Amino acid sequence: MIKKFGIIPALAGTLFASDSAWAAKYTAWWLPDNVSTFGTQVDKTFYIILAITTVIFFLVEATLLTFLIKYRNREGQKAKFIHGHHTLEIVWTIIPAAILVWLAFYQRGSWAEIKQNFPAEKDAFVVETSGQQFEWHFNYAGPDQQFGTADDIETINQLHVPVEKPVLLKISSKDVIHSFFLPEFRLKQDAVPGLVIPAWFKPLKTGVFDVACAELCGLGHYRMRGFLNVYTQSDLDTKLSELAQETEEEDIWE
Amino acid sequence: MGSHAERKQSFISKYVFSKDHKVIGIQFLLTSFVSLLIGGALAMAIRWQLAYPWQEVPIIGKWLFPESGGTVTPEFYATLVTMHGTVMIFFVIIPFLVGAFGNFLIPLQIGARDMAFPTLNMLSYWFYVPAFIVAMTGFFVEGNAAAAGWTSYPPLSVINPQGQDFWLISILIVGSSSLMGAVNYVTTIVNMRAPGLGFFRLPMTIWALLITAILILIATPVLTAAGIMLLFDRTMGTCFFIPKGLVISGEPYAHAGGGQPLLWQHLFWFYSHPAVYIMILPAMGIASDIISTFSRKPLFGYRPMVYSICAIAGLGCIVWGHHMFQSGMNPVLGMTFMTSTMLIALPSAIKTFNWLGTLWGGKIHFTSAMCNALAFVSMFVIGGLSGIFMAATNVDIYIHDTYFIVGHIHYVLFGGSMFAIFAGIYYWFPKMFGRAMNEFWGKVHFVLTFIFFNGTFFVFHILGVGGMMRRIADATQYTYLQHLQPLNVFASISSFGLGLVQVIFVLNFFSSLFFGKRAEANHWKANTLEWADTPSPPPHGNFDVIPTVYRGPYEYSSPLVKEDWLPQSRKLAETAGAGRH
Repeated sequence: MIKKFGIIPALAGTLFASDSAWAAKYTAWWLPDNVSTFGTQVDKTFYIILAITTVIFFLVEATLLTFLIKYRNREGQKAKFIHGHHTLEIVWTIIPAAILVWLAFYQRGSWAEIKQNFPAEKDAFVVETSGQQFEWHFNYAGPDQQFGTADDIETINQLHVPVEKPVLLKISSKDVIHSFFLPEFRLKQDAVPGLVIPAWFKPLKTGVFDVACAELCGLGHYRMRGFLNVYTQSDLDTKLSELAQETEEEDIWE
Repeated sequence: MGSHAERKQSFISKYVFSKDHKVIGIQFLLTSFVSLLIGGALAMAIRWQLAYPWQEVPIIGKWLFPESGGTVTPEFYATLVTMHGTVMIFFVIIPFLVGAFGNFLIPLQIGARDMAFPTLNMLSYWFYVPAFIVAMTGFFVEGNAAAAGWTSYPPLSVINPQGQDFWLISILIVGSSSLMGAVNYVTTIVNMRAPGLGFFRLPMTIWALLITAILILIATPVLTAAGIMLLFDRTMGTCFFIPKGLVISGEPYAHAGGGQPLLWQHLFWFYSHPAVYIMILPAMGIASDIISTFSRKPLFGYRPMVYSICAIAGLGCIVWGHHMFQSGMNPVLGMTFMTSTMLIALPSAIKTFNWLGTLWGGKIHFTSAMCNALAFVSMFVIGGLSGIFMAATNVDIYIHDTYFIVGHIHYVLFGGSMFAIFAGIYYWFPKMFGRAMNEFWGKVHFVLTFIFFNGTFFVFHILGVGGMMRRIADATQYTYLQHLQPLNVFASISSFGLGLVQVIFVLNFFSSLFFGKRAEANHWKANTLEWADTPSPPPHGNFDVIPTVYRGPYEYSSPLVKEDWLPQSRKLAETAGAGRH
């Protein structure tokens, strides 16, 4: 078995040799490093819940085990004849209720920040995002900063965005429901045909990250993979003008 | 024996189209074993693919997938996850808990001769069987069985091949079966309780089944309606769920109109969230009965336990939106559903504390039934606590549709419901068949199942935290998931072990039918009517004389009597009516 465990990462490494340097950044069996502004708060809530539930888990299971050992069937022992305890019931109702209500209120702000308070379009880098079986289409305004014009740039499975600037996505789908998932940005939003749903994030650093589909969308669901490229503003401008050039050339050929 | 047993019955009317609730209960039990075997086999195939993507399935691969040279295809993987969920939920857990235990126990525990509507009861089983056959037929049609997930979200479920029609028809039939059962349960429990058996003297199993039946009556018609709408969208060109401008593989979809895919999700989860409670409440009832019996101690906080069941059912109907936080539903609604979802953790917590209270100061007998009931409590704690992560809307953004939720649901439905089902089978087997299951092999099965269960499903939480999406056929496609592959292999090997050790249970079950130790009438020295007032197995008509009830079901170790049990129906001359309930 041990042999098998060693072989698998090694195999994965050779199979994806081109990615191996990139793969090195993922080592821990845990949350991937967060690279978005609001992700910190998501992770913080996660750790708070993890702390609370871990404490409760150990308390409950330790109590359970203690009782099982202490009150196991023994000769001459008689069970207590007790039907309940009013004060205890109230205590163990109110304490969890207080914790749960506090949690509910605690995470409100973060949810609102991610899903309700979107950056203004003029302050953000806007990309129209659309899912279709089994690829992601990204549409940029192009040089004239207007959507729906001839110089719009379209990329497939490659999303190019600036670092440290809010990115506003307008997510939709052409066919079935997909789910736009940026694990490292703690962002997920279903792409629903017939709806245009906004989503936003602000990258903290440059690099290449995974774009995944998180909603079963058919047989190719597992390979509906895209890439998020985060550049500095000047690099992005270069990249976009390159793409604009290509688009123009294609238009000529058409 | 009453006059009922005198009547001659043919084999067909006694064992096949039987109207006896006990036979129907056992029919549900045995049929659910078959579905469990199929659902389990589908799970093994899923785990094989995830551990060793695109490698030939050993032994049966060549025979199952001749076109692909013995490997699971992407199309078939989507079918696997869909049918595994469907079979386990609609044809294993619900029939076991509601069909088998509900039918067998309700008349026996409330002191009735049979159900209120025996024919309806028979029909509920004979709707369940064709529903299962229709679901399985899907595997043999062109394009294979349904492949849009057990949630069947449109538009995918509208454009998928005809296996989806079989899925929908099967769900409509099995829903009807549930409704017939539920009407019967509510009527029987409300009207046919033995003299003296007030509502607050009912065993917890009966309380749980009553509330479950009410939940079924509220929620199932909604799923049925939604299913018919989806069937119309697929076959008649309506567009309840198809928005305008839909384009499938570059071609405009013919019937695209003013529909809304999110409507299905609301309707579906309005049923399917309560369905989670339909699958856990009876398990809670069974565990309560068993824990009290084998602690030889009254159930701690009987009334809070009843109120928590009612609270879970009530809140259960207003939390469905937590499945849709990332669906595009108005984020303001997210707040509402998050609050109700947080609150539903409360009655579950109260129940857990009361189970601990029951164990405290008891005289605990570790029978196979008790071990499984205790596993239910300790595993349900994990399933309950992991639910809080999803309830927090901002954390849900990340873990929604990942393996974290797959881990959560398996801790609730396997760690919870399945362990309670095992517990219930060990506990009531002597009453059903007049023989007891082997305790030694019962414990071997318990220990191995407990270890392999945790080895399989705890890992899922870590995979989910690592970001692995559910329903993907191959996690190694993604760079950020590749390093998690050893965990997938570990979970898969554990799951093969989990599947394999169930053989012990099946062998124990069937050999005990013929060679098990003969059971006494009150095999576990319990208080409830089915143990105290009728032989094992009970005759047709259940009781010689309908018992009169003098007290609650959990008067263990009462100072009033020398023994440590005091049946509900035993009259104590000077203290008649004593006991708290």
